[in-house]
Amino acid sequence: MRILSDEKRCVIVGASHAAAQLALSLRQYGWDGSILVIGEEKFLPYQRPPLSKGFMAGEKTLDEILIRKGLIYDKNDVEFRLGVRVIEINRDSKTLLLDDGTSIAYEKLALTMGARARKLTLQGSDLPGVCYLRNLEDVERIQSYVEAGKEVVVCGGGYIGLETAASLKQQGMNVTVLEMMPRILERVVTPELSAFYTRVYKEEGVKIVTGVTVTSFEGEERVQRLVSADGQVFQADLVVVGVGVVPNVELAETAGLSVNNGIVVDQYAQTSDPDIVAAGDCTFHLNPMYKRELRLESVQNAVDQAKIAAASLCGHQEAYDTLPWFWSDQFDIKLQIAGLSQGYDDLVIRGDINLGRSFAVFYLRKKMLISVDAVNRPQEFMVGKRLIKSRKVISRELLAEEAVPIKNLLTV
Amino acid sequence: MGTIHVTDYNGVSHPLKISTGEKVMEVIRDAGFPIEAICGGEGACATCHVHVASQWYDRLPKANQKELDFIEIAMTYEPGMSRLSCQISYTEEYDGLEITITDEDD
Repeated sequence: MRILSDEKRCVIVGASHAAAQLALSLRQYGWDGSILVIGEEKFLPYQRPPLSKGFMAGEKTLDEILIRKGLIYDKNDVEFRLGVRVIEINRDSKTLLLDDGTSIAYEKLALTMGARARKLTLQGSDLPGVCYLRNLEDVERIQSYVEAGKEVVVCGGGYIGLETAASLKQQGMNVTVLEMMPRILERVVTPELSAFYTRVYKEEGVKIVTGVTVTSFEGEERVQRLVSADGQVFQADLVVVGVGVVPNVELAETAGLSVNNGIVVDQYAQTSDPDIVAAGDCTFHLNPMYKRELRLESVQNAVDQAKIAAASLCGHQEAYDTLPWFWSDQFDIKLQIAGLSQGYDDLVIRGDINLGRSFAVFYLRKKMLISVDAVNRPQEFMVGKRLIKSRKVISRELLAEEAVPIKNLLTV
Repeated sequence: MGTIHVTDYNGVSHPLKISTGEKVMEVIRDAGFPIEAICGGEGACATCHVHVASQWYDRLPKANQKELDFIEIAMTYEPGMSRLSCQISYTEEYDGLEITITDEDD
């Protein structure tokens, strides 16, 4: 039986992937005080990736996407205050002010508020039917407009936009994706991958329009059209906007913590206040492998950084040095990305990127593998992760040679 | 409600209660064993990799190719034993199932 100290409370602000992991990791690392998670949504932490995939398709319920069942938190003495927002952090008195007027004292504080969807502020962008996709209620709103045969326009050709487009196409809607940049997924993948996805979406009957800037939304009582800067008009019964996220740094910034493109933390997830850590989408941190500071938007970062943060709070210093990885599911394509490809000086393709949907792109720098984009190639993804971590010089011929099983490269 | 037996890194076996329909991965993870399901149980990583006792292996539904692709590349891969525990849903037929957790890095 655990004896909890009420004087010693760790409060976690935000209740999603990083929070769930942090709370449970605190117990694993020996936190013997109380743990309170405060979340503005009224649900226990749930997984976000299914929101644009199986949950949108109606294939999963909230219960099925919970990160952990409620009783696991009970077993670990993790309490929740849901449906409330923290509006102020007072670092002098070590208290939090909530929007219901209550005040909560903390011994240690963990900030896991994540990021929020960037909203458009164009004429008509607040018309009913113009939807965003960040949380569960957003998806329920989208679902209320879904109707086979009707038109949906997706604004934004990033992962959220494309996963939504694929899901809604599979639900029978006519789908058009509008992307401002010259190619879809411009911010996150190389031109070769963008071209692949463009081919796939064409094969699937989804219209993609690039280089288009939406300037207004029109309709009586609900959205019916979008108009672009060059005068194109797109009919829409539903609009889903996916134009990126903004890290929730305001609380931290107002409280005087160091903030850049996210809450600044060191390799121990420590903020500029010794009693406060941060983890997940809201942080700006150094990645030792790639020697740059960055903000990562991924489940892997949320989970791995949360463990580091929990360790820090319990006095164990483990530096955050995990290989970033990410996945995206669209139609029958599972994309798995290991590492970060920016700065590559050589690229090797294994398999056929112009035909079919199975290949891997390896990115090298100074003859070492720095990143892999694996499309329906789980083995290339898994092996790629290990090769990147090994920092060995890699033969481009072997990477490209399908006759050599990819696992052989581990023992070369 | 049945029981599965999970052996830890020290070779100690622990009985865990499990209900029909529950994923073996969740029960093992929630009992505090060091396995993960970073991808949420979708079969998109190998952090829930376990070894099923060989006498039980054939009694489970066969792994599909997607799962095999992940397992075969795992550092602690054992043919005839390796499974992704997120792909095993418990039914009464598996009462007494014996599993050993693996020291999987990925």
